[in-house]
Amino acid sequence: MTTTTPTPQVMNTPVRGRRSPLASVALHVTLITASVIAVFPVLWVLLTSLKPAKFATTTDFFKETTFENYTNLLNDTPFLTWFGNSLLVAGLTTVVGVFISATTGYAVSRFRFPGKRGLMWTLLITQMFPVAVLIVPIYNIMASMGLLNQPAGLVITYLTIAVPFCAWMMKGFFDTIPREIDESGYVDGLTPFGTFWRLILPLAKPGIAVTAFYSFITAWGEVAYASAFMVGDENLTLAGGLQKFVNQYGAQWGPMAAASVLIAVPAALVFLFAQRHLVTGMSAGAVKG
Amino acid sequence: MAVDTPSQSVAKAAGDDVARGRSRGTGSHRGAPKRSLSTHWYAWAMVAPVTVVIAVIIGYPLVRGIYLSLTDANERNVARSIGVNQIPATYEFVGLDNYTDAITGGQFLGTLGWTIVWTVSCVALTFALGLGLANILNRKIAGRSAYRLMLILPWAVPGFVSVFAWRFLYNQDNGLLNKVLAGGGIDAVPWLNDPTWAKISVIATNVWLGVPFMMVALLGGLQSIPGELYEAAEMDGANAWQRFRHITMPGLRSVSTTVVLLSTIWTFNMFPVIFLLTRGGPGEATQILVTQAYKFSFEVSPRDFAQSSTWGVLILVLLMVFAAFYQRVLRKQGEVW
Repeated sequence: MTTTTPTPQVMNTPVRGRRSPLASVALHVTLITASVIAVFPVLWVLLTSLKPAKFATTTDFFKETTFENYTNLLNDTPFLTWFGNSLLVAGLTTVVGVFISATTGYAVSRFRFPGKRGLMWTLLITQMFPVAVLIVPIYNIMASMGLLNQPAGLVITYLTIAVPFCAWMMKGFFDTIPREIDESGYVDGLTPFGTFWRLILPLAKPGIAVTAFYSFITAWGEVAYASAFMVGDENLTLAGGLQKFVNQYGAQWGPMAAASVLIAVPAALVFLFAQRHLVTGMSAGAVKG
Repeated sequence: MAVDTPSQSVAKAAGDDVARGRSRGTGSHRGAPKRSLSTHWYAWAMVAPVTVVIAVIIGYPLVRGIYLSLTDANERNVARSIGVNQIPATYEFVGLDNYTDAITGGQFLGTLGWTIVWTVSCVALTFALGLGLANILNRKIAGRSAYRLMLILPWAVPGFVSVFAWRFLYNQDNGLLNKVLAGGGIDAVPWLNDPTWAKISVIATNVWLGVPFMMVALLGGLQSIPGELYEAAEMDGANAWQRFRHITMPGLRSVSTTVVLLSTIWTFNMFPVIFLLTRGGPGEATQILVTQAYKFSFEVSPRDFAQSSTWGVLILVLLMVFAAFYQRVLRKQGEVW
């Protein structure tokens, strides 16, 4: 995914390097159209958030630019509470998920042992579990344990998504670390655990960071469990909270737009920063098997 | 994509680990249980946390979900506590009744039909657009990084935020789309309030969300195709279409089979888009299986846990059959994953 083409010699050959000006224009027009479609909905929300709430639905790009939506959002709504809840739930899910799955990713990547095939199938199949199979039983279990409406309950629920995913993805990253490193560890008298802990884990840090980031984003954007399990203004996560602004009774587009911007900007920045590694990791995990 | 095929295991065994070395030392590779414990205990210890977690928080609920689908459980007869009073569960085992009801009744099949239309059109459109854009971005073109950054934006923004952005645009009275149409003298379009338009709108939104992933994955695939192949093809006089057909497409096979499978599963279960955009409405027009199952257990009164679980199990079975079938077709074509 580098911007420099990996095949410069092809690009430099006269036959392929040539492109008629017309074709160039067509390509640029296509790309510009696609980019506008991709960016516009997001940009529009950003512009709306900067208009006074009463002008939220005007078609003007700018109208009396103000930050009143943001100040209202932060002062008069539980937005910060929701933000904190989301941060707590997604953060805990990530830490626990990565912590639990790291050794499994390593074992599946390096060892052959009875039950490995079954485990890999389980990890894969659990990723296609629809929310619909688990949501009712988990809801009933959480209700009986008094964990509904508790961040802990949501964290446990999200682990059903995060753990198989993290294990699978980390296997992909460990696969890219040469086995010679393990062998040198054994030669030096390290146990398999020692090898994993002292040699492999430090090397796998970028992969672990990407895995962590991805499970954070997944938990951050989860809607179904969050809507079903969390009720009451002070317990909502962001996905539930945003629904409060827009419902069948009316829409407060101004605060909604401001909230969207505050949720999206940090996520998008980190994402754009991390995505190169993200795709490498996903395809490594998914394609190599 | 996921499975250790025999050939791969053999290849891996060549550089294999202590497990093999030690078992060689003790004699046979698959020894008595005791020996296998001493050989594999650390591998098992390493996978133990995940195994336990999966068994407890996925396995147990799954078994319970399957059990609930064989009962008539609903909000009124499950165990619950009102104040200090504990009311025990009174639901009964009804065998496969829920399944026969679901399969013979019109609602499940109708919803399944739309779910399939939804999945196929979303995946097909996403793949086609993603492939087209990836091919353009793989060329030498001015401003490529900037284009790529903009095109990836829908993936970078959390999904539920984007869905609200689209809801804002689609809004019938105040949405930008209708205001622009009104400016052109065209009547307002009921984007989310008319069954047909709502279907088109949810598909459009989901395609918008899904294209960046496809594009990036396929671009990665394109860049891993060796340039020499194109050079050789050109020497042999292949035109652009022939190069695309005989080099690009085969070169993208492994990536595309993976992303198509993933995106089919994701789209089939795409809860947030439908739930946040239309709640399955108008009526039940855009309800896919997952959102309908959710509705049974959380939005109707009394909450129908049994039917919801039944639909959930059916969704899981459908997806597993699809994945197995998909893998078999690939196997037949000589593609192993």
